[in-house]
Amino acid sequence: MTWYLRKEEGIRTSPTEKIGAPDGLWVKCPSCSKPLHIKELMQSQYVCPHCSYHFPIGSKEYFRFLFENGEHTVLFEEIEPIDALGFVDSKPYPQRLAEAQKKTGLSEAVRCAVGPIGSHTVAVAVMDFGFIGGSMGSVVGERIARTIRYAAEHTLPLLIISRSGGARMMEGSLSLVQMAKTAAWLAQYAKTGLPYISVLTDPTMGGVTASFAMLGDINIAEPKALIGFAGPRVIREATGKDLPPGFQEAEFQLDHGFVDLIVDRRELKNTLLRLWDMLCSR
Amino acid sequence: MEVILDFERPIVELEGRIAETKRLAEQTGLDISDSLSALEERLERLKHDIYQNLSPWQRVQLARHPSRPYSLDYIHAICEDFIELHGDRCAGDDKAIVGGIGRIGVHTAILIGQQKGRDTKSRQYRNFGMPNPEGYRKALRLMKLAERLRKPVITFIDTPGAYPGTHAEEFGQAEAIARNLYEMAQLRVPILVFIIGEGASGGALGIGVGDKIYMLENTWYSVISPESCASILWRSWEYKEKAAEALHLSATDNLKLGTIDEILPEPLGGAHKNPTAVFRLVREKILQDLPPLLSIAPEELVPLRLEKYSKMGRWREKTASP
Ligand SMILES: [Zn+2]
Repeated sequence: MTWYLRKEEGIRTSPTEKIGAPDGLWVKCPSCSKPLHIKELMQSQYVCPHCSYHFPIGSKEYFRFLFENGEHTVLFEEIEPIDALGFVDSKPYPQRLAEAQKKTGLSEAVRCAVGPIGSHTVAVAVMDFGFIGGSMGSVVGERIARTIRYAAEHTLPLLIISRSGGARMMEGSLSLVQMAKTAAWLAQYAKTGLPYISVLTDPTMGGVTASFAMLGDINIAEPKALIGFAGPRVIREATGKDLPPGFQEAEFQLDHGFVDLIVDRRELKNTLLRLWDMLCSR
Repeated sequence: MEVILDFERPIVELEGRIAETKRLAEQTGLDISDSLSALEERLERLKHDIYQNLSPWQRVQLARHPSRPYSLDYIHAICEDFIELHGDRCAGDDKAIVGGIGRIGVHTAILIGQQKGRDTKSRQYRNFGMPNPEGYRKALRLMKLAERLRKPVITFIDTPGAYPGTHAEEFGQAEAIARNLYEMAQLRVPILVFIIGEGASGGALGIGVGDKIYMLENTWYSVISPESCASILWRSWEYKEKAAEALHLSATDNLKLGTIDEILPEPLGGAHKNPTAVFRLVREKILQDLPPLLSIAPEELVPLRLEKYSKMGRWREKTASP
């Protein structure tokens, strides 16, 4: 629905790629402009040690600092996207997919894995915004549904980290129904008595927020993350009004009752472990 | 006044000529029955040519036709009795979603639908059929009521989208829709969904998860409206026709994609040309499809629904090489 919006707001850079650039050992914090060494940044979970700016990151980075020694088994990579509609806008969808795959080195906008976090084995899905705006098409929906199912069948706690502009236009109604599919599997997972923790990062919008991302037993947001249904530009156009500062940000969502906690990424793993220690002890 | 869509002009012109010919014949007393029947034959052919070869964008135009029957028109026509119920028991009563208890033949059902208005005032009152979170929560309350009273749920989809307003965001539009998807997946009574006009994205799906999804012939159902899609991907609303094509949003496309179960035919020219026939068809469909669904135990119905949605989507599954 709205995966493009943040790009248009001009806020988003693609820092993971910048960070990963072979010659770029130093990056400038976009918030406080201080130079940061890549090693220092990695050690602080890609949060600026000076101003706490949260660099947008993807599945690789989350997997690296969440799983013990980064150890995990990737799941459902065999599910690959196809061009069911023959969708062509400025370029054909297959070309868009191939370019996204080449640019990110990923097969789709979500990566799913199982592995140890602390003393817990956890089923994890992390979205990658770099892949067509983290948009949800059939593959994202299917991989997430299967991860939920996997967690239920193996009685594992479930963690989904969202970062997405919403449902993917190039798959039309096939993308839309993924919202229903993922929500239906979460409702099924609820019967296990295990917790589903949803982490909403910057940005989480549209059909992703309006399905699995908002349905956490516990919803955690990263500081200042933009979280909502309609994008700011769409709201401005519909209402003809400027939006107040902080509108739809994590703190706004906390104040309005839609997230349980705002957690600094440097504290994320520890917070998750405390929750799982309390909720998943046998 | 009857709204004429651009592609309908040749039909209206020919109808005008036929009327004019008739008037002349009456005035002059000449026998023109031959040329008149030729003209009328031409009109029928023209109507078929136009209405049976509609482009996706023309279908969108028909789906939005201001004379089309809306949810309450269907509800009042197909129910022998109907009592509307109001409010989400929390924050308010959204006028863009209506709901209540109705009797259809031997069945009592909870009926819910997105509601548009017909004139400037009622359009505003109904917020152009764009629900706020209160609407989705009212719908959910009524669905839970249906579950408790063991009555089936029938929903009517007709929305250009959930309302993108500041209030909607403050009150959790995303959460309200997500919650409905979650609860509808597990609802222990049958749910029938009729797409009667516009089925735009999460706003439509928020009351659109069910055991049977029907689409009227001239409606659209997709992840985004053609205009919004065009403005994002082509950077201009001008490309809405292209976007409508690319999105595969018609009933036939959705049936092929497996996102709906059945297409209900409309009278030539659209549901508004003969609403009574459309109401009769929808009522017959309900009376025909409810009994088998009602005979399924809830313990089986819910897994069947999960299976239905699990299959949706298109992907390739690489098998591990030996
Ligand atoms: Zn900084």
